[in-house]
Amino acid sequence: MERIPVLKLGNLLLVSIQVDLEDRLALNLQDDLAERIVATGARGVLIDISALDIVDSFVGRMLSTIAAMSKLLDAETVVVGMRPAVAITLVELGLDMPGVRTALTLEHGLALLGAEVRVRRSDDTDSADRADLPGSIEEPTGPSGTAVAGTVVG
Amino acid sequence: MTDRVDPPDEGDSTWISALLGEQAEILSHWIERAGEMLRARLTAAELARELGDLYGSLAQALPVAGADLRAGAFGELRALLAELSASRARQGFTPRETAITVFALKDAAATILEKKSVSFRAYRRFSDFVDELGLFTLESYIEVRDQAVLEQSNQLLELSTPVIKLWDGILAVPLIGTLDSARTQLVMENLLESLISTGSKHAIIDITGVGAVDTQVAQHLLKTVRAAQLMGADCVISGIRPQIAQTVVSLGIEFGEIATKATLAEALAVALRREGFAVSRSATGGVR
Amino acid sequence: MTIGGLGPQGGGAASSSAGSPQRHAIVVESDVVRVRQVVRSAAVAARLSLVDQTKMVTAASELARNTLVYGGGGAVTIDIVDNGRRRGVRAVFTDSGPGIADLDLALTDGWTSGSGLGLGLSGSRRLVDEFELESSPETGTTVRVVKWSR
Repeated sequence: MERIPVLKLGNLLLVSIQVDLEDRLALNLQDDLAERIVATGARGVLIDISALDIVDSFVGRMLSTIAAMSKLLDAETVVVGMRPAVAITLVELGLDMPGVRTALTLEHGLALLGAEVRVRRSDDTDSADRADLPGSIEEPTGPSGTAVAGTVVG
Repeated sequence: MTDRVDPPDEGDSTWISALLGEQAEILSHWIERAGEMLRARLTAAELARELGDLYGSLAQALPVAGADLRAGAFGELRALLAELSASRARQGFTPRETAITVFALKDAAATILEKKSVSFRAYRRFSDFVDELGLFTLESYIEVRDQAVLEQSNQLLELSTPVIKLWDGILAVPLIGTLDSARTQLVMENLLESLISTGSKHAIIDITGVGAVDTQVAQHLLKTVRAAQLMGADCVISGIRPQIAQTVVSLGIEFGEIATKATLAEALAVALRREGFAVSRSATGGVR
Repeated sequence: MTIGGLGPQGGGAASSSAGSPQRHAIVVESDVVRVRQVVRSAAVAARLSLVDQTKMVTAASELARNTLVYGGGGAVTIDIVDNGRRRGVRAVFTDSGPGIADLDLALTDGWTSGSGLGLGLSGSRRLVDEFELESSPETGTTVRVVKWSR
């Protein structure tokens, strides 16, 4: 059975779903991610669904489950790249995907997770176990590359 | 308008009297021919009534005004032809199908005219007259169609509500006029697409210029906000006027956690703040 | 027992098939993916907008999974229909499973007899223009949906 590759990037796990998801494949991904979060001590999971032309209730539930499960394992999940037609359809379908954080693009998602992980790390500076993980997230930059803080002269 | 513009032509009298003399037979031929050409897209009864009216009006005007279609006596006939082309245009008949109804009169009258040994010259005059009727019909047809095109392009203009970039990462859609369900849906799809194509995280839907909001339109607005949130963008509705707020509450529409702001300016300020921009007046305070 | 009937567009009975219907078995999981692809190309051929295509394919995915999971497998017939004014895509899902005991309940949001979110039937009904459901223990379940071009 083929599997969707899970890439490690610093203390993040990166998944890009590029195939039409068969239910079995979605369930495998759920299992794989749980194992990899524990094995790598990842603090964030990015799931890119920009290649998916539909998200039905099964895939929606998979995303919710991954988000809830990773939260338990102390990692934040962000789903990025949902297409407008998919979002409109999900709203019509009545699928809320509670607990799933989303971002427009991979860049936005990285910025969101970066900020998130930074806050958490400052929260538990006294617990040294995770503080010296390799490849920690760098200072986030604004999505368009501009400085996050600017001034508008009125 | 005078009753006679052109001098009478002696060729006219023969075909006119033939047309007046054999009304019943020519009319039934006409209905038959026109019916064949329209391939039963019109019921026989409808066609018979239309052509019967036309022929009746024609028979009244011919003895008075001769073959001059511009004469006042043909006023009723012209009105009938205009009505016929308008209804054909609305029903989606082609120009050809519309004109052919009139041109079929030539074919219908040919046998009678031949039987009455009408001269070639008289037949030509008759043929020219029918051509005039046909051309008049076509012109009216085109007028109706032009009108329809104009109306559609107006609607299209209304539909093309622009998505405006207010700031880096901040888009706005100012909605103006009457919102129907189809238009709202289109505008919303455009907005969501623009979020992706510009990588903007913030969207403002401004409804200051919207007259009224019904349940369906409100639902579409809410669904758009939800869809934008699912995509990872913030969406704020601004410019809700008091009457609209009342309508929304009385319709029992739940705006729930949807962010609303009174004005577009406030919505922009919120979006700027969320993007990390601080808005402040410079020391010179607007003095150049 | 039957639920549904014509959607707001009506005229369903008068709609005629335009093109040859395609029949696909729904027996294994990969069939669900294939049904999505077939419905997608039919929706493109019927000139549905991108959003309407997505809604129809999503509905088909839900219904195909229902056929597989609750109906114990079955088949779908997909064709392009024409009601004289507009074109549309029709999909008819059939299974000879145990049937649905209470159709009204099954169409309620959140109700589920299995492991799903309970949005399969009620959700897909909102995504299409016409929705008809017939079910009995003897004949199994038939769901007929149509999505029209705007």
